[in-house]
Amino acid sequence: METIVRIPTPLRTLTQGADEVAAVGATVADVIADLESKYPGIKDRLCDEKGVRKFINIFVGDEDIRFLEGLKTELKNGDRISIVPAIAGG
Amino acid sequence: MSAWLGRRGLGLLRSRPLSGVVEAVGQTPLLRLEKVAREAPSVEVYAKLEFANPGGSVKDRAASRMMLRALEDGRLSSDKILIDSTSGNTGVAYSLFGAALGVRVALVMPSNVSQARKDIARAFGTEIIFSDPMEGSDGAIHLVRKIVEKDPEKYFYPDQYSNPDNPGAHYHGTGAEILDAVGDRITHFVAGIGTSGTIMGTSRRLREHDRPVRCVAVEPSDSLHGLEGLKHLPSSLVPGIHSAAGYDETMRVETEDGWEMADRLASEEALHVGHSSGANVFAAIQIAKRLHERGEGGCVVTIVCDRGDRYFAPMKWERRYVW
Repeated sequence: METIVRIPTPLRTLTQGADEVAAVGATVADVIADLESKYPGIKDRLCDEKGVRKFINIFVGDEDIRFLEGLKTELKNGDRISIVPAIAGG
Repeated sequence: MSAWLGRRGLGLLRSRPLSGVVEAVGQTPLLRLEKVAREAPSVEVYAKLEFANPGGSVKDRAASRMMLRALEDGRLSSDKILIDSTSGNTGVAYSLFGAALGVRVALVMPSNVSQARKDIARAFGTEIIFSDPMEGSDGAIHLVRKIVEKDPEKYFYPDQYSNPDNPGAHYHGTGAEILDAVGDRITHFVAGIGTSGTIMGTSRRLREHDRPVRCVAVEPSDSLHGLEGLKHLPSSLVPGIHSAAGYDETMRVETEDGWEMADRLASEEALHVGHSSGANVFAAIQIAKRLHERGEGGCVVTIVCDRGDRYFAPMKWERRYVW
């Protein structure tokens, strides 16, 4: 299943500037693995050994995956994933 | 207990009658941190508790000075709308002083700003315009510029990132207050970079002091970070008021270290503070340890920007609740 992932400004150096990329996978974890194969290094920025880094917010549609099934959250056709950074400065 | 009761000086200062909420800005407490700094016993570490400002954050200083000076010289009047981009605390401050001074306020903020800050700003009657959360605070800056360009007469745009009254508030306030409190003892000052107003203005004042004070800026170590309010300069729009020559050193702090220190400040020092304050104190303690190991002693002053409750997110069950 193909999903569109919205990429925040700080990670666009890894996606050659793209603000949206396509990835495949049945769960959020699968999608992150697919992103890693296309854009090496991205998984490390999002996850540590315990899972998604505490300060990274991943949304499926409008829902934070913390309130769903975390990395195991299953994706439906047409779902959009957003990686939302914390807010900087002022 | 008797020592607490005996210390009346600050009590008198803070209990004086005020004619307006704007007058309550500044003269914040300076608290010695003994427990989290116990590995550097020969060094004094102090935190200036900026959450004691009426709007609950360090941003009250810059916002009130930018507004008062603009009202004075006519850039701002009751027929204009004050508009600026903010990650939250400056917005709360503008909103509070807008209500106090009879000025309408509109704010541009990324839509993922904490709910608490949106709600507080709105409580004062402020209009909020949301920018794309994926673009962060730079996205909010671009959007506010576009809105003002379309109708420049309608708005007063203080532009906290470029307004000299932002560092000016810290030159006249924060810096002077610190010298008043610790005088010649201060050896180091540590503050995070958001707009850079605090580090630029306070450092300028401290550098005029007759004894040298080393001023250290704190930045997140990575462009993708969780130290809300702090700016990773190499990957951001650099604020107009910023100059690297304004301070002596930059320390880069990992998100996890800032978060962990914020937790420790709550459980060990009874200070429940935001993550940027955690990063500031973490950096201050690194410096204190360095001084202690070298046997130099010293006095390190840093900033606690706001309280942690400003970042509370609704819990899962609360999010379904209809008020």
